[in-house]
Amino acid sequence: MTVQQHAQTHDSRPATGDYETVIGLECHVQLATQSKMFCGCAADYAGAAPNTHVCPICLGMPGVLPVMNRVAVEYTLLTGLALSADIPEATKFDRKNYPYPDLVKGYQISQYDLPLVKGGSVEIASGPTTRRIHLERVHLEEDTGKLTHIPGGSLVDFNRSGVPLMEMVSMPEIRTPGEARGYLQKLRAILRTLGVSDADMEKGQLRCDVNVSLRPTGEARLGTKVEVKNLNSFRSVQRALEYEIQRQTEALDRGEPILQETRGWLEDKGVTVTQRSKEEAHDYRYFPEPDLPPVFVERAWLEQLRQRLPELPDARRTRYMQSFGLGAYDADALSTDLWAARLFEDTVSAGADPKKAANWIQNDVARLRVDSELVLKAEHLAELIRLVDEGAIGISAARQLLPPLIETGKAPRALVDELGLAQVSDSAALEDAVRGTIQANPSAVTDYRAGKATAINFLKGQVMKSTRGKANPAVAEELLRKLLA
Amino acid sequence: MDPLTSRSIRELRKLLDQRDVSALEVARAHLERIEALDESTVRSLLTVTRDVAEEQARRADERLANGDTQPLLGIPMILKDVLTTRGIRTTAGSKILENFVPIEDATITRRLAEAGTVLLGKANMDEFAMGSSTENSAYFPTRNPWDLDRVPGGSSGGSAAAVGAEFAPFALGTDTGGSIRQPGALCGVVGFKPTYGRVSRYGLIAFASSLDQIGPFTRSVEDCALVMNAIAGHDPCDSTSLQASVPDYTAALREVSLKGVRLALPREYFSVEGMEPAVDASVKASIAHLESLGANLGEVSLPHTQYGLATYYLIAPAECSANLARYDGVKYGLSVREPGAGLWDVYERSRGAGFGREVKRRIILGTYALSSGYYDAYYLKAQKVRTLIKQDFDAVFEKFDAVVGPTSPNVAFPLGAKTQDPLAMYLNDLFTIPTSLAGLPGVSVPAGMVDGLPVGLQIIGKALDESTVLRIAHAFEQSTEWHKLRSPVAQRVVSRESRAGSPI
Repeated sequence: MTVQQHAQTHDSRPATGDYETVIGLECHVQLATQSKMFCGCAADYAGAAPNTHVCPICLGMPGVLPVMNRVAVEYTLLTGLALSADIPEATKFDRKNYPYPDLVKGYQISQYDLPLVKGGSVEIASGPTTRRIHLERVHLEEDTGKLTHIPGGSLVDFNRSGVPLMEMVSMPEIRTPGEARGYLQKLRAILRTLGVSDADMEKGQLRCDVNVSLRPTGEARLGTKVEVKNLNSFRSVQRALEYEIQRQTEALDRGEPILQETRGWLEDKGVTVTQRSKEEAHDYRYFPEPDLPPVFVERAWLEQLRQRLPELPDARRTRYMQSFGLGAYDADALSTDLWAARLFEDTVSAGADPKKAANWIQNDVARLRVDSELVLKAEHLAELIRLVDEGAIGISAARQLLPPLIETGKAPRALVDELGLAQVSDSAALEDAVRGTIQANPSAVTDYRAGKATAINFLKGQVMKSTRGKANPAVAEELLRKLLA
Repeated sequence: MDPLTSRSIRELRKLLDQRDVSALEVARAHLERIEALDESTVRSLLTVTRDVAEEQARRADERLANGDTQPLLGIPMILKDVLTTRGIRTTAGSKILENFVPIEDATITRRLAEAGTVLLGKANMDEFAMGSSTENSAYFPTRNPWDLDRVPGGSSGGSAAAVGAEFAPFALGTDTGGSIRQPGALCGVVGFKPTYGRVSRYGLIAFASSLDQIGPFTRSVEDCALVMNAIAGHDPCDSTSLQASVPDYTAALREVSLKGVRLALPREYFSVEGMEPAVDASVKASIAHLESLGANLGEVSLPHTQYGLATYYLIAPAECSANLARYDGVKYGLSVREPGAGLWDVYERSRGAGFGREVKRRIILGTYALSSGYYDAYYLKAQKVRTLIKQDFDAVFEKFDAVVGPTSPNVAFPLGAKTQDPLAMYLNDLFTIPTSLAGLPGVSVPAGMVDGLPVGLQIIGKALDESTVLRIAHAFEQSTEWHKLRSPVAQRVVSRESRAGSPI
């Protein structure tokens, strides 16, 4: 399902490397509904033993019939609304026929010519500016089972069979691997903000195939496209695209034609390899699903859903810039990360300066964060920032305070006392440390005396180090200058 | 006294309510008759469920003792083997499901169990309901109770023959293009196809999903109405089942006059090529009889009738090509696994060995009709013609209450007569297919005899207007003697049956 055309050959070959890249993304998003798409089985199978979230319907037993999950339809419509897409009144489901061991019925219930959502777009950062990437469509279908290949055979787990899956197809408007990554991150931010999917690529909740082709710069026709599958992270999407662009560029430079094919990304080797050529492409024999009546999306229903739309990442970004005075970079990063956005807003509500809060979250907190499970109370972060502002602790001590703050959940004030990290601003108390530093760094002292201005910063850093960050840097510098004068 | 097995549902109801007999006695009388006669005569059943029947009969007796008065409580019945039954092998007449034991009941199975019916067995059928003679059963052909050398019709031939042989007062069949009405006509019993969506398809092993519909075989229209009362109605498990409220179908039968009822006679259903003249004449006589009951007749045209067969044989195979894709020999059913064979070998060999010729023919036809480059010319065009056929009926129903005509162009034919000629076989459904394509209710009632074989009169109604169809059928039946004729097999007496029945 793609709009890219297949151009046979290029009449004029450009100078080496002078190509324009055209990228389109096809994403599959598992919806976070309670039950599966067409039966009552729980859709969240994470961690469940194989074939325990199954019933006659999602196993495709003889005689069973599908009943549509209305919430899955609503989630798809909400996504369409968030993308400012066109939502037609009449839509239907179709059967996509192909035999495969993970497909219980021999066909997948999907949508062919009348998707729930048509068009739509997202705005992504592109260098210093932004670009709008349009979507072709968003449709709803059922997920398949999962195969695991073992020596001597394959195992199949149908827990995933029938989980609602939203397919989102972009127009071929993406120009660089970085833009592809930005597009995916924006999609994920929107999906998470809507609460329709956790969209975790590593967990397979967001899966992405890319189509990539090259054409001589200035050429209107599209080049031959190659589809790349098996991309399990933002990083692999970017790496695979970089590899594929390089591969195609080299092939074109050698005068070799690009074959229209499906290639698989091998993460460990960092290369793509041929999986299926165009000649082997399936004829899916789509036809309307006779077991499901057409779906009519009444406008009143759509309006109700529109009322439910939360603040979306783009609006949030604008608000962060306008209300909090954040720069574009910080606003963009925070607004597309739901966890960070929440922490940011709560920290500001707790009295912290927005720019300082953003800085902390973007840098020190981000470094400690492995996933969204990280527990950091916004009021603690706000207090930490306030302690620094008040001069009660130094910035360096504050950084040291962050890991135990997260680990113990104790209030910053208490931890400062417990760990003895209060800032020392009394010059008498710092004198020993400053003298020790001067003795231990004779060459820096020589440099300073020779008029090298930066030497004082080095010496100050050494004082901070020897006091485990507790020294008030201003007082330490003043003392250094006095003792070296 | 007539044996219990020749009684109607209404008569059995009276006997059970008065405690003249127990449900177990009724069940055993039927089981004994089946066990004594079925093998050597019609061969209507693939599975006899004696244990289930006796258990259900005992429970029905308990419910009777507790004052339960459900209309079908303790009434024995037979299900076509395309309807799933938990713990009871369900084959759809196919080798590929030879050892398939469902883990849940079809909605119809559950509803009938809740109504207190007693399951005697599973009826033979054309494989996956594809056929008009029950000769496409992968197990054995069923024979006609009026002449054992002839077919009972199909695909629900086992159900029709069982009711005609007095093995059960009612049986359930499925109708996709005539598979209830045509065997009903050929076996001389009432065969009713409700409006598409009136009866839940959940648990009906699909042939063509947009056409399949479950309906009853009975020996009287009143019994048909009683069964319809129990099985009709919305099912949340079937998205195509209709939300419409279900009337009491027996209420419609109180009106015996047909005064003012407007009946349409489609020109295309009479004196056409391929129709047996004696059948044509018999049906015309029946229609004259309807007129004598007060009905107003009018000739109409259903101009797209001639395209019905071609339309059906594109849509039904297209749907079946997808519906039957799940039978791959891996998860259940027949699995042909040779040493060293890969997965695709298992698929191909299991399907090759598990499906019969007609099923393969239709899978191939349907796959072709849906293929890239042919879809528009075949499947899409067929869907457009289907709309035209519906519109033909819509136009007629603006001025008429029902359409009447023959059910089948011929009476029961000898076994083997049409097996080598699929087209000749398909022509059997000429008059039933348009109704199926339009999703309308239709009944076949016994309405004549030609050379000792039954002829059926078909009555077709508006969508959801089963009541009018049943009312006309009942008025006809009650003023004629055809339904009282008993087939030779029905007349065979089983010696033990005359006994009062085994003690409870």
